[in-house]
Amino acid sequence: MSILDSKIPKGPLEDKWSNYKNNINLVNPANKRNIDVIVIGTGLAGGSAAATLAELGYNVKTFCYQDSPRRAHSIAAQGGINAAKNYQGDGDSNYRLFYDTVKGGDYRSREGNVYRLAEVSGNIIDQCVAQGVPFAREYGGMLDNRSFGGVLVSRTFYAKGQTGQQLLLGAYSAMNRQINRGKIQAFNRHEMMDVVLVDGKARGIIARDMLTGEIERHSAHAVVLASGGYGNVFYLSTNAMGSNVMAAWRAHRRGAFFANPCYTQIHPTCIPVSGDHQSKLTLMSESLRNDGRIWVPKTKEDAEAIRAGKKKPTDLSEDERDYYLERRYPAFGNLVPRDVASRAAKERCDAGFGVNKTGEAVYLDFASAIERYGKEEAFTAGHKNPSKEEIIKLGKGVVESKYGNLFQMYEKIVDQNPYKTPMMIYPAVHYTMGGLWVDYNLQTTIPGCYATGEANFSDHGANRLGASALMQGLADGYFVLPYTIGDYLAQDISTGKIPTDTSEFDSAEKEVSDRINRLMNAGGQHSVDFYHKKLGKIMWNKCGMSRNAVDLKEAINEIAELREDFWKNVKIPGSADTKNAELEKAGRVADFLELGELFAKDALHREESCGGHFREEHQTPDGEALRDDENFKYAAAWEYTGKPSDAILHKEELIFENIELKTRSYK
Amino acid sequence: MGGLLKSSVAKKFAMALSGLFLVLFLAQHFTINLTSVISPDTFNSWSHFMGTNILVQGILQPILIFGVVFHFIMGFVLEIQNRNARAKSYVSYNGSANSSWMSRNMIYSGAVVLAFLGLHFYDFWVPELVHKYIESHPEDATRYYGELVAKFVSPVRTGLYVVSFVFLMLHLLHGFSSSFQSMGVNNKYSEGIRKFTVGYAIIIPLGFIFIAVFHYFNNL
Amino acid sequence: MKLTLKIWRQENATAKGKMVDYNIDGIDGDMSFLEMLDVLNEELVNKGEQPVEFDHDCREGICGSCSLQINGEPHGPDKFITTCQLHMRTFKDGDTIVIEPFRAKAFPVIKDLIVDRTAFDRIQQAYGYISVNTSGNTIDANTIPIEKENADDSFNAATCIGCGACVAACKNASAMLFTSAKVSQFALLPQGEVEADRRVLAMVEQMDKEGFGNCSNTGACELECPKGISLENIARMNREYLKASVK
Repeated sequence: MSILDSKIPKGPLEDKWSNYKNNINLVNPANKRNIDVIVIGTGLAGGSAAATLAELGYNVKTFCYQDSPRRAHSIAAQGGINAAKNYQGDGDSNYRLFYDTVKGGDYRSREGNVYRLAEVSGNIIDQCVAQGVPFAREYGGMLDNRSFGGVLVSRTFYAKGQTGQQLLLGAYSAMNRQINRGKIQAFNRHEMMDVVLVDGKARGIIARDMLTGEIERHSAHAVVLASGGYGNVFYLSTNAMGSNVMAAWRAHRRGAFFANPCYTQIHPTCIPVSGDHQSKLTLMSESLRNDGRIWVPKTKEDAEAIRAGKKKPTDLSEDERDYYLERRYPAFGNLVPRDVASRAAKERCDAGFGVNKTGEAVYLDFASAIERYGKEEAFTAGHKNPSKEEIIKLGKGVVESKYGNLFQMYEKIVDQNPYKTPMMIYPAVHYTMGGLWVDYNLQTTIPGCYATGEANFSDHGANRLGASALMQGLADGYFVLPYTIGDYLAQDISTGKIPTDTSEFDSAEKEVSDRINRLMNAGGQHSVDFYHKKLGKIMWNKCGMSRNAVDLKEAINEIAELREDFWKNVKIPGSADTKNAELEKAGRVADFLELGELFAKDALHREESCGGHFREEHQTPDGEALRDDENFKYAAAWEYTGKPSDAILHKEELIFENIELKTRSYK
Repeated sequence: MGGLLKSSVAKKFAMALSGLFLVLFLAQHFTINLTSVISPDTFNSWSHFMGTNILVQGILQPILIFGVVFHFIMGFVLEIQNRNARAKSYVSYNGSANSSWMSRNMIYSGAVVLAFLGLHFYDFWVPELVHKYIESHPEDATRYYGELVAKFVSPVRTGLYVVSFVFLMLHLLHGFSSSFQSMGVNNKYSEGIRKFTVGYAIIIPLGFIFIAVFHYFNNL
Repeated sequence: MKLTLKIWRQENATAKGKMVDYNIDGIDGDMSFLEMLDVLNEELVNKGEQPVEFDHDCREGICGSCSLQINGEPHGPDKFITTCQLHMRTFKDGDTIVIEPFRAKAFPVIKDLIVDRTAFDRIQQAYGYISVNTSGNTIDANTIPIEKENADDSFNAATCIGCGACVAACKNASAMLFTSAKVSQFALLPQGEVEADRRVLAMVEQMDKEGFGNCSNTGACELECPKGISLENIARMNREYLKASVK
């Protein structure tokens, strides 16, 4: 039997969570005052957890690398947050949300966790409205919903294109309330450098004050990691520049298993890379695919002519264009899930049909939407025979009212008018479904060390549905972790304050200082970005949207070599006892250089295609993903042993009692 | 009242209120002055009323003086606070990209108006006090027009008055509409209010200029 | 293109600091302003010099980290964008660009172009929230209908990213646009109205304590705000404040 115990409660699916809550240990309010909890990261998962823990009475310390908790990258989420409220009366239910999420994740997530997520989703909306989150409303004063990513109901709550921002500011204001009450101490511009274990339990962290360079010790009875995903291992992604894996990876090195690192979501609608100096990719909301049609030229000659600037996309007639999603997936067309759309774009570009300078872009065309809307508008306005100009003018108005801000953002970045010429898009790394392995309590394999939000692996399986990440972050933080952590902390009511002058803290601090010294005193050949970009290239080319055994094996070796070179030759100017952005980056890249290797190893071992993980060896004759439920219906949790590629695999078999496993088809 | 004026918002409210009061006073002053162009007799009789009425002299005049003094002291206090709020200034500051010259230089337009007030008091108010209380001349309801006209013989004084009124205009162009914002009025009527205040800010000072220049040329 | 950069360099909070000139070549119009600084920093690192420190994170205009005063304007000459969204095609070959930190007494410089904006956090910690428990047990979200117009106005105020451009642009370094946006967001909602008086009084008091200047209605903040937060919010805060003071 596996050493992994997911601790899923027994009993019927819909009663698991309430029965469990009724039976777990609680800490009484007086004792909570004597218990400290550290929360790393202040995004949706961390901010909400910190606020609720403090409200329950625990003493909370939060840490974030930004200058304010409000700047965590949850803020950039655009589309919305799912909740099974069934306000639209369209047949939504907890079960449907649960079902859609498990299916969307290509049957690689845990039933018990996902059902709990669906169960508390409605609560999130109540909570956020009470906090003053200004969700979009209808004229009747009730909350509005939109539909999202391939599901059959309208369950997505939103605040224009800034839902993540509004939810994060809600969590941040809940934090502020606790800061004002003295229950949260916020350590901003602090980076967690290591987790400290005492008698096998997580009892504190070593942090670096990013302004003074001081290495600090902080003790606590439990440590919560809400430090986000690791998409930046690809260098270019939609993540923030500072997003990193350090907290999770340090915990992994100390004994927390890392699950499914190879599950990465590549989002199909991002603005393509424009040049070598690009630092970051920008997402164009998934909602654009409702009205935009995706195409490339039918012939390579046309594609080449466009790349060379000899032809314009508007020069091509309808039958010179290949609307490849509509061709391949007539049932879902342009609205296939993210993983499918991304792979299809890559397939066309690899075959030589890409349309920008580098050949890595496809068109997202609104011309027919503009015409369709224009005709509708003209009809409604009573124009019997509108001219073409009139139709286009009216249609543009409609498209502008729906997507105006996105079109403006596109024009700012690309300097092309998307009303006149099709947008160019290309897939980009967006979200990582993998993360620290956690049980039903969200506890990692280190007792007292918890992981929430994107930092854990739990709820999205091999592919995440749109508008589910915000739901998971807040569910974990507001409603799950604050209860489940009590079950563990109940043993600590008489422990007393954890001292920081112990040998465990001494040695952890020394390791951190030594590591920083090694970085500062390395050979001084190349900048940190030099290595990060190289790593990103390896990851993207060999562990990206489509993977094969040969490439993955090469990637493992190349990353190991690159890491060795990095430690020998990285160049960091300045000193470690002041604000030093290069040093900060170096610490993060050092961990990415280890994670990348494990990532490739995980991808190599998973001999199937599922969700965001596509292995070229495992596809149907017409190029679709081929899952292997017989051999790979498990979560792969890796144990660190010293070298990432030597990690030991532990399997958590996934049990599906309430859902029948099916092949996803969008044809 | 010191406590009431502690906060930035309250200070701005007081500034706006005193400013609005002075704007109202300007309208009244202008109306009386305008009569000097139309009918010296009306001017004399209105001026006589203002100069001798116990209500005007005993209550309105002190309020006015308080309003003027308050407005300019508060103006300087706020200016000092505001300068302190940016201890180190920019090497490059492109204020014209986002705000009007008037709004950024209220302290200067205000200071010119204040200096003008000095001249104006020296010209009219001080002689008036001397006339009434020190030399204790008997009442003469017809002296005002002559005293007024006599001041505008000098081209220098007339010029100073004209320049001052231009600065008054600049001050009002921002200050009048800004006072509504400070008092919390910003709604669908604001565009109308703004148009009215701009009109007022241009017409009243132009009117004063007209009166001064009219008397100057009449004297020639 | 080829550019001359005049950049404020300051070793730490207490150091004196000065403008330093840098020449940079090979800048492409498609690069963002921060990517241009990345190029400069890469060159500096390769020469063994200290790179220029500046705040940045999401690079898509929403986190509010980036904060540069470029040629005398916060976030540069373009309107309704942050520095990370400013592209180099806005400039011409041979241009000189002056880059300074946001200046305000309440935003002390930490290093080079990085300033300390925690004053904003403290303003929000002064009751800049709705005092509601987060551990569940609230009423259903649709129990209280909210007029769409108020909900939309509240949202528009809530889009503030806390970057500080309003303070940087204001000749008085006033934080009224920032503070009023938060006051407005809650005052416009029935959930927030309950403690509106206490909130506006406390937030204004904290704002004054931090050493921000007074508002003189120049409107610079509104024009330089990357999110276009309206001056109406300041008027609303003034109203709310006066209402709360006379109670």
